[in-house]
Amino acid sequence: MADLSSHFFHLFDLPVSFDVDAETLAARYRELQQIAHPDKFVGGTDAERRISVQMAARINEGFRTLKDPLARGRYLLELKGISLDDADTVLDGTFLMEQIELRESMGDVRDSADPHQALQQVSQDIAARKRQITDNMAHLLREDDLASLQQARDETRKLQFFRRLEEELDVLDEELAEF
Amino acid sequence: MALLHISEPGQTAAPHQRKLAVGIDLGTTNSLVATVRSGRAETLPDTNGEHLLASVVRYRAGEAPLVGAEAKAATTTDPRNTVSSVKRFMGRGLADICKGCSCTDYDFADSDSSVPRIRTAGGDVSPVEISAEILKTLKYRAEASLGGEFTGAVITVPAYFDDAQRQATKDAAQLAGIPVLRLLNEPTAAAVAYGLDHGSEGVHVVYDLGGGTFDISILRLNRGVFEVMATAGNTALGGDDFDRIISQWLREQAGIDPQTVDVGQRRAMVQEACRAKEQLSEAETVLISLPLADGGCWTGSLDRAQLSVLMDPLIRQTLSACRRALRDADIDISEVEDVVMVGGSTRSLRVRELVGEFFQCQPKVNIDPDKVVAVGAAIQADILVGNKPDDDMLLLDVIPLSLGLETMGGLVEKIIPRNTTIPAARAQDFTTFKDGQTALAVHVVQGERELVDDCRSLARFVLRDIPPMVAGAARIRVTFQVDADGLLSVSAREETSGVESTVQVKPSYGLSDDEIVDMLQDSMAHAEGDVSVRMLREQQVEAKRILESLDAALREDGAILSENERAALDAAVVALREAEVGDDARHIKTAIQALNAASTEFAARRMDASIKGAMAGRKVEEFS
Repeated sequence: MADLSSHFFHLFDLPVSFDVDAETLAARYRELQQIAHPDKFVGGTDAERRISVQMAARINEGFRTLKDPLARGRYLLELKGISLDDADTVLDGTFLMEQIELRESMGDVRDSADPHQALQQVSQDIAARKRQITDNMAHLLREDDLASLQQARDETRKLQFFRRLEEELDVLDEELAEF
Repeated sequence: MALLHISEPGQTAAPHQRKLAVGIDLGTTNSLVATVRSGRAETLPDTNGEHLLASVVRYRAGEAPLVGAEAKAATTTDPRNTVSSVKRFMGRGLADICKGCSCTDYDFADSDSSVPRIRTAGGDVSPVEISAEILKTLKYRAEASLGGEFTGAVITVPAYFDDAQRQATKDAAQLAGIPVLRLLNEPTAAAVAYGLDHGSEGVHVVYDLGGGTFDISILRLNRGVFEVMATAGNTALGGDDFDRIISQWLREQAGIDPQTVDVGQRRAMVQEACRAKEQLSEAETVLISLPLADGGCWTGSLDRAQLSVLMDPLIRQTLSACRRALRDADIDISEVEDVVMVGGSTRSLRVRELVGEFFQCQPKVNIDPDKVVAVGAAIQADILVGNKPDDDMLLLDVIPLSLGLETMGGLVEKIIPRNTTIPAARAQDFTTFKDGQTALAVHVVQGERELVDDCRSLARFVLRDIPPMVAGAARIRVTFQVDADGLLSVSAREETSGVESTVQVKPSYGLSDDEIVDMLQDSMAHAEGDVSVRMLREQQVEAKRILESLDAALREDGAILSENERAALDAAVVALREAEVGDDARHIKTAIQALNAASTEFAARRMDASIKGAMAGRKVEEFS
């Protein structure tokens, strides 16, 4: 069996860290696919082709995970034995208030004088907050003590909330774009 | 079919010898075949010098079907036996076809199979068989032109084709006796043809509006790697729809009652609409004449302004898809380097105008939009068969539609979201719902909607023999794997007991393996030789291919095997060599399978070694 079990940082030969240089990651990704992709095994045996599909899929999954801050944060925490799903803490009240406010402004987009402008504003607000949270995550994940990691987990969960908001924003954008 | 030469054992072509490979664009309106010769990719003409083969097949009683211009000539005179735009029926059930309102043009036979069949003078034929006729014609053309049999073909499909449509295309190739190297998405093929990799790093858009399908792909290019970031489209929107809408308008203008129009007349009106549309790319206004039932003739005119009024709603639908693809790719219009126009329908000035406005740039139309896809496919085929070992071109494509499973209440749980890079593999754990439950029904669907009924049903299978446990105790892992052709296979495994079940997804509207063998048998019965001869030949070719490939691998990396491992592998090689010279196809097949099993560990170790080697090699460079 090909080595499909080693973790993604190892596969991409990157240090186990939240700080991933996007260009290095993309370059390694291309390098790995040049080796493993099924297009390189068209004349090969079935065994080679099967392994190539599995390995190429693994590389794609790794790239997707390491590229995206939310997926990367979640993955890194899991490597450190912390799962996002069994969080026992409740996210702080300020954060939840902020979510409610953002949802309200999303709700107002459709009826505002310039819906596209309003949508853009909400979208920018969300992007700015995501950057802050990602910075916090990077900072916390550099520490290795449990308290920092638990805080990092909460930040990652917050990022998840913003991701969902963004998805809803996309749906709204699509609806507004209907000719 | 003239049987082609089988070289004697021991006289196989030297590995470095150039292999023949072709790219095939199986289009809604026209199809083409192309190849790379003397370093140039070019489409191959027929004996009359025509490059485009009309994708029209006419069936006749007791005679071989006609394909291309000859068939097209009978579109209005023999409409029931003359099938055009069959691509729109691929991988579709009758209900879907009727939604596209073209089912009234043909007599569909009642049959037990889920695959619709058209009743013709030449018998009942499925869309796969009709497509296979087109493919065969291109195959003979290529063989005549290249002077021999080709190793394989890259066949293009719309990027937005779902699993069922892709599988149907592959089935048609199998029926036509064409080894498929890869199914390639049409916009990606176009990007390759444009040679977008050379000095054009960055984000490119391919806008592909053909006769019956629309695709938009957004690609990022970097050092020979074509990475598709997102794709969107509509497999039931194209030039045919423009023609239909224009012809309806003409009919209204002429005051012709739709009830009185027969199939032949309707097709004549559509042809007139198509001609008017095409001429309006040059002229400001065109004259129209439609025959009337009383033997008279209606004359009128159509100008560009009116044409725009008719076409704009359809073009806007394509722009909506462009918007979605940009969003999925997380790309702003300002980041797009250029837009490449592909497909016959992009000859329309109005299409170019609106697309240019949307992307705020002048769309590229340098390469003949009819030929560009076949040319790109030929370039990839040439690389895939190994004719350019130093080329580092690599195409990383995506699945166009999300793949998921039915869960409680008819809801869809998405396993692999749309625009995931392929190959892809993803697993999800499920559990039992009732105490003592021993089976789990798995229903695989494709689509973006939340309800199962709104998605396309791909396959159903049942995982049985789960040991009885309390509800929620079983851990059933369902794994989806999508290969480089965009085809899905699904496996389910109960983790505590190891009970396993795997399906190569055979779409609900696809042909069963038995049906394909029957069709093969039928087509052979028409004076094309013996099916068993063909099967034997196919197995021999496959055996030869595997032996050659393994031989090369062993010469290179044989050292990574222990003595015992090497001995076991050598034994399997000898067994296959012995089987290969015999005349028992099944025996060869068994020996191939045994060799594949025996070589799995070797292949896996080579893969790991080359990945580690690449990383180590890079490190050396970095430090030097």
